[in-house]
Amino acid sequence: MSSITLETHADRSKMEVSEEVAIEIRGMNKWYGAFHVLRDIDLTVYQGERIVIAGPSGSGKSTLIRCINRLEEHQEGQIIVDGTELTSDLKNVDKVRSEVGMVFQHFNLFPHLTILENCTLAPIWVRKTPRKEAEEIAMHFLEKVKIPEQAHKYPGMLSGGQQQRVAIARSLCMRPRIMLFDEPTSALDPEMIKEVLETMVELAEEGMTMLCVTHEMGFAKEVANRVIFMDAGQIVEQNEPNEFFNNPQNERTKLFLSQIL
Amino acid sequence: MSDMSYVRSEMLPERAPPASSVGIVGWARQNLFNGVGNSILTVLALILLWIVVSRLVPWFFSPTWNSASLNECREIVGTGHGHGGGGACWGVIRDRWQQLLFGFYPEAERWRTVLAFALLFVALIPVLFNMISRRMNWVLLLAVLGLAALYLGGALGIIVGLALIAAAGFVGFKALSTSKEDRAAEIEAGAKRLPNPLIFSAIFPFVAPWLLWGGSIWLPIGAALGFVVGYIAFRYLTPIVGSLAGLIIAVLATVIWWLVLTGGFASIMSSIIPIGLEPVESRNFGGFMLSITIGVVAIACSLPIGIVLALGRQSDLLIVKALCVGFIEFIRGVPLITLLFVASTLLNIFMPPGTNFDIILRVLIMVTLFAAAYMAEVIRGGLAALPTGQYEAADALGLDYWKAQRLIIMPQALKISIPGIVSTFIGVFKDTVLVSIIGLLDPLGLTNAIRADVAWNGLVWELYGFIAFMFFVFCFSMSRYSMYLERRLRTDHR
Ligand SMILES: Nc1ncnc2c1ncn2[C@@H]1O[C@H](COP(=O)(O)OP(=O)(O)OP(=O)(O)O)[C@@H](O)[C@H]1O
Ligand SMILES: [Mg+2]
Repeated sequence: MSSITLETHADRSKMEVSEEVAIEIRGMNKWYGAFHVLRDIDLTVYQGERIVIAGPSGSGKSTLIRCINRLEEHQEGQIIVDGTELTSDLKNVDKVRSEVGMVFQHFNLFPHLTILENCTLAPIWVRKTPRKEAEEIAMHFLEKVKIPEQAHKYPGMLSGGQQQRVAIARSLCMRPRIMLFDEPTSALDPEMIKEVLETMVELAEEGMTMLCVTHEMGFAKEVANRVIFMDAGQIVEQNEPNEFFNNPQNERTKLFLSQIL
Repeated sequence: MSDMSYVRSEMLPERAPPASSVGIVGWARQNLFNGVGNSILTVLALILLWIVVSRLVPWFFSPTWNSASLNECREIVGTGHGHGGGGACWGVIRDRWQQLLFGFYPEAERWRTVLAFALLFVALIPVLFNMISRRMNWVLLLAVLGLAALYLGGALGIIVGLALIAAAGFVGFKALSTSKEDRAAEIEAGAKRLPNPLIFSAIFPFVAPWLLWGGSIWLPIGAALGFVVGYIAFRYLTPIVGSLAGLIIAVLATVIWWLVLTGGFASIMSSIIPIGLEPVESRNFGGFMLSITIGVVAIACSLPIGIVLALGRQSDLLIVKALCVGFIEFIRGVPLITLLFVASTLLNIFMPPGTNFDIILRVLIMVTLFAAAYMAEVIRGGLAALPTGQYEAADALGLDYWKAQRLIIMPQALKISIPGIVSTFIGVFKDTVLVSIIGLLDPLGLTNAIRADVAWNGLVWELYGFIAFMFFVFCFSMSRYSMYLERRLRTDHR
């Protein structure tokens, strides 16, 4: 599992965590019908934190981060993102969504639009950025993820790794303060995993607040400042990576780590 | 164990493929005569083809174009087998083609239907194709209008016509003489662009009915003003009362304008400035002109209505959903003929006495609703084929429902549904012949009238053949267009 070693060693000195709270989750519960997916989640994320969420399949990792930009609704408790509480008020939801970027396992690029159009769509239609400016921003971020030359191609013509980097650039074009990643590398070949992870490391070094569901433990050790282990819809253990990997406390965590490391 | 190592000592040169596998011979071998069974089938098919063609061709190429009656035809081609003798009697088409195209539309006014048809193409081009430049669209429009003015003649007509054509020539020459790159540079440098040709596409729906039915020009202008009224209401009320209430008030304002005020506006204006065309009554409409009118309106209106119905069917709002499902299932559960009978007879019973609700308008509404129900299901299929990831990505980027639908979901869903949509279009267009059952004179209805003439009594193949050919031209073009569109919109690398 941890076969991918990152070439660039993340420079932790650049990654500062501030006192400012980015996301606050209090006593959050969620059900799918009668099925209790998330149970009493309490989590505070500070501005600039890089959190890796790990756990066995079906433990509710995706559901948790999808609640943060309300792709899923929670039924109990509070989620406050950047000072805005997520309620059924659509204004709040829109505000949070424009400040939180999300990268999906299957990229979810828009296949009928070019790479550039994928990147400029939301800035133009949500942020009302003039087209010219939006295109400049988009080219800036496409250069950052190292594929400016693909700007006028369609997503179907790109490799998986390139598509995922475009997806990251697309989110960044909205200038989010928080980025959510849901297993961004699990649909990719090892070679491509590396290029995507390197992009994510760079982002971390720039101080982006990141919540990342991933099985890349190398990434967790290198970049994260906190690892959260979930099982059966609960946060079972969280710690800074060194402690988490070398000195797990909970039985389930130990079992999980013994299986994947 | 034997020695398994092998090293090639010389490389093989490239050789031509054997003669039996390339060229016509190779092709025939592969596709027609590969195996005994297929060879027999090929031979049988060829024989059958020969039998059909050898009879059809002489029948088709019969020199009867100028004959004035069936008897004359018989004299020309002799009495062979079949009712028409040994050849087709094309005289009937020469004699009656105008009727087949225009029905009983007054002869002096037929140019209006032709003009409307030509303008239809000018209006459609910017919607359907993106390969023709902005300026060429205006060239086309000017040229069509110029030709119409020339046709109308008179000193004014000729002057206006020549002026329009000269303008078309001028713009066309400029458009053709500057290359695409030069033009792009000019625009970059701030050169004035001609207005978007879609403006004319938006005006056309008001122009076309006026051309076809005639009457005062102020009626279509009044109808168009309805949208302006609605827009103004929406624009200035939304900040005050909120977007939903603003929308409702805007729609109400438009409807009230149409129902109550348009008539007054039109009659006042036409008493001040009386411009208008000779009115033509609906019962004079007929032939392909009628089919095309019904077909185009039904096709153009059913797509947006179908989209709304498909979205409504997926809605979380219970009432909206129930209404849409009910409507779709009801319309799909009833034959079109029944709806047409409702349009022609029953609807009058429900109308307040004295209202004159145009029969063609009633048929248009019914055919449109019918087509829209099918369209909704076709589009729902396209929506269902989209991965949920597309919705999630749109949501995650902060696009609201309508923007997500317009920019992300619909373009893809419609693209997936193109074959189904075009099939529905073609079906609707062909179904327009059903209006002959309620007494409208579509081409099929007219054949009865033509056969009732003593001169052509008993002719079937020539008339139906001609009609079939005309329908084929339209339907085949639609089908080819859909293939072109699919190719154009293909963005994956397969
Ligand atoms: N839309 C849904 N309706 C009902 N149950 C669901 C739905 N989505 C997920 N679940 C269930 O909720 C549980 C948590 O799902 P979730 O996708 O959050 O798991 P996960 O930790 O991300 O797993 P994986 O590592 O496989 O992605 C699973 O048991 C899943 O079956
Ligand atoms: Mg998951």
